[in-house]
Amino acid sequence: MTPIQTPNIFAPVSTPALAIRDLSFIVLAITGAIFLIVAGFAVYTLIRFGRRPTNPEVEPAQVYGSTQIELAWTVVPLLIVVVLFLVTARYVYGIERRHQPPDALEITVVGNQWWWEIRYPKLGIVTANEIHVPVSDAANPAPTFITVKSVDVAHSFWVPQLAGKMDAIPNKTNRVWIEPRQVGTYVGQCAEYCGLQHALMLLVVVVHPKEEFRAWVTAQQTAPAEPTVARGGRDLFSSLACVNCHSIRGTPGNGVFGPDLTHLMSRSTLGAGAVRNTRDNLRAWVKDPGAFKVGALMPAMKLDDAQLDQLLAYLVTLR
Amino acid sequence: MATTLMPAPFPTPVEVVEASSPSGFAATLHDWVVTVDHKRLGIMYVVTGLIFLVIGGIEASLMRLQLAWPGLTLVPAETFNRLFTLHGTTMVFLVGIPIVFGFGNYLVPLMIGARDLAFPRLNAFGFWVLLFGGVLLYFSFIGGDGLYGAGSAPAVGWFAYAPLSERAFTPGNATDYWNLSVLITGFGTIATAINLIATIATMRAPGMTLGRLPMFVWTMLTVSAMTLLILPPLSAAQIMLLLDRFFGAHYFDTQAGGSAIIWQHFFWFFGHPEVYVLMVPGFGFVSEIIPVFSRKVIFGYATLVAATVSIGAVAMSTWAHHMFTVGMGGTLNSFFAASTMLVAVPTGVKIFNWLATLYGGKLRFRMPMLFCCAFLFQFLCAGLTGIMLSVAPFDWQLSDSYFVVAHFHFVLIGGLVFTIFAALYYWFPKATGRMLSERLGKWHFWLFTVGFNVTFVTMHLPGVLGMPRRIYTYPADRGWDILNLVTTLGVPLQALGVLIFVVNVVYSLRHGEPAGNNPWEAWTLEWATTSPPPAYNFATVPAVTSRRPLWDLHHPDDPDGPHE
Repeated sequence: MTPIQTPNIFAPVSTPALAIRDLSFIVLAITGAIFLIVAGFAVYTLIRFGRRPTNPEVEPAQVYGSTQIELAWTVVPLLIVVVLFLVTARYVYGIERRHQPPDALEITVVGNQWWWEIRYPKLGIVTANEIHVPVSDAANPAPTFITVKSVDVAHSFWVPQLAGKMDAIPNKTNRVWIEPRQVGTYVGQCAEYCGLQHALMLLVVVVHPKEEFRAWVTAQQTAPAEPTVARGGRDLFSSLACVNCHSIRGTPGNGVFGPDLTHLMSRSTLGAGAVRNTRDNLRAWVKDPGAFKVGALMPAMKLDDAQLDQLLAYLVTLR
Repeated sequence: MATTLMPAPFPTPVEVVEASSPSGFAATLHDWVVTVDHKRLGIMYVVTGLIFLVIGGIEASLMRLQLAWPGLTLVPAETFNRLFTLHGTTMVFLVGIPIVFGFGNYLVPLMIGARDLAFPRLNAFGFWVLLFGGVLLYFSFIGGDGLYGAGSAPAVGWFAYAPLSERAFTPGNATDYWNLSVLITGFGTIATAINLIATIATMRAPGMTLGRLPMFVWTMLTVSAMTLLILPPLSAAQIMLLLDRFFGAHYFDTQAGGSAIIWQHFFWFFGHPEVYVLMVPGFGFVSEIIPVFSRKVIFGYATLVAATVSIGAVAMSTWAHHMFTVGMGGTLNSFFAASTMLVAVPTGVKIFNWLATLYGGKLRFRMPMLFCCAFLFQFLCAGLTGIMLSVAPFDWQLSDSYFVVAHFHFVLIGGLVFTIFAALYYWFPKATGRMLSERLGKWHFWLFTVGFNVTFVTMHLPGVLGMPRRIYTYPADRGWDILNLVTTLGVPLQALGVLIFVVNVVYSLRHGEPAGNNPWEAWTLEWATTSPPPAYNFATVPAVTSRRPLWDLHHPDDPDGPHE
């Protein structure tokens, strides 16, 4: 994986985020100019009239107001507001009304306490916490349209370098789109307080070159190979309560409350960014998820060491 | 002719021996508990607010400690979530409201030449209900155990978004204490708002027309009217939540087809105007203080009144700018962007009129003025970041990030708290008869101002770099660490500043310089009576002929009347 970057909203790589940056430059220019003028005048006034007066006993001239001046500093800001509003409305509609080409990639992101389910409905892929999309270029635009939902409380989908945030709200279907122009890994996380582990609900978007993306899709669509050495682990998985919440294609496990584990080891973290996905961490996670992520809804499965070893031997084959 | 309307000088109050004479702690306590005097209740409101300010400040300091560096484990996740819930609820409902309405209680009758509020008993009811509402919130630490065993506090955030606040996601009683506390303090606030409106409408001194009301009274009238419009919907929403949690209603229960969005509308229909309910009286303080310390009449009184009322009116239609990211669609996003930007116009007018008042004045940088000057710059910044947030697409990036947290702390501390400190230094002599120390005041001012700016200027940046609010920890590789450390480093400076202020109050209550009736040579009616004022405020109800009765008194050759 490429090194993680700071998710700076001023370092956008995708069309909507780029548009928002352009808009923000206009806003910053206007507000910056207002700040300089008003603060400058205030500093001047405070310095000039703050000096010790020569005749402190005499009150200064009393100025009660001026209709012309006051009208001027009401109307000018009003005009600025009108301009700013027109620019804003243009960008609002420009971003929200993006036409979806028929062959565009579609993804459904479902917020859960405290992880993201990622579905590719047309491709039959279900994964978690990591979104993989192709890069887009001017010759072959490849926007990705994302449907944002929630199964429990309100969350918010936010990958700052790709697009503005979109809330995931139960009983509501929201949409957002991205069009990344640069290969790389972009981080984000849940941006609406959603309970105990709101802080550990991280998200990664990996932008691949087109062929690499196709290879990823093929790999994800392939059911895991029949385990040769770890059959015992698979049987153990199938016999335990794991299957109530987790799915692994080709096994009796078809639960939907937890992340799909079909290609568990292709993902870089456990617990939505709580800890890196290594064999040792995975073992510790299965033993007691609360050790990494207090309050995680997966219970400690109370397995003995032999069971853990057997299960791990199977889980690490899910590449 | 005019002099008969305006007896000069105002008759000094006759010494009246009060009926309740027995002294001692028990007697004093009894006097304060049973009082219906608007001045005592006003002081009790403000002191209650200041005590909760310290509590809320300690909560904030603990959170900043935990966020000073990535991956710290000083405050556990659950505790952190409770801290920001209590911090937000405390600062809005138990600090902002009591202090603002406390000043309103104390000052409005004095400023309009009345002897008390219209309904003194209702006033006492409002205070005690608010105080016990606050106690109820903190009682959740002991009583909120519910299903989870000993001790818990609400952890739903101060706007308690549904369905997180539903029983399915927050079992136990902690959320119920939050729910009831907000509901009950709301009743007290509604009572006080009614009282202030009735008082201003019916109990003004002869000659005190609406066009001569001091600016602060205009701001209290405006925010009291807003309170009557916004608090009942909040109470309704709290009752609906109560029904959901206890009686199986499904207003916000999404699992049974309820709506999460409708809670957000209810809450922000209260929550956004509430910011103005707190901030507009702050504008009132500034509009009273800047003229006195510039030695000039306020520039453009009529425009300022119009600006105050239009802020109140426009602010009623901006609430859903808190919801730009919930997927409202282009039409609503554009509407709320427009209405939000529109508030900037009357707000800008206020800043320009204050600057015009300063211009050409003979400025005296005493403590109230210093806090007002810092306020001007900080509130300008707060307003400009507010404009950035009103631009809906920009808000899609900034919303719920630390940029927003920095923005509203610039409004509520850099704006409101600074004006509250200005007001405390300005009216403390009136309420106690003694001046606060300027020497300690300077230490307070500079420590607090530097600390505030170190913390909250810096806090904008992690938001721009993608740091969401309300996270108890963050990864080390995001580039947020140094910024968070600097943000935290401003906290001890602010805490020390507040500590010096407390010392100043305690010291000056006994040893402060005697204030006299009118230490600042101010012009509004409260300065015509003694410091502290007698229980009945004025021996004879004064008649007024202009906006600045005491100016007229001292400048009989050039009274304000003809200029108005």
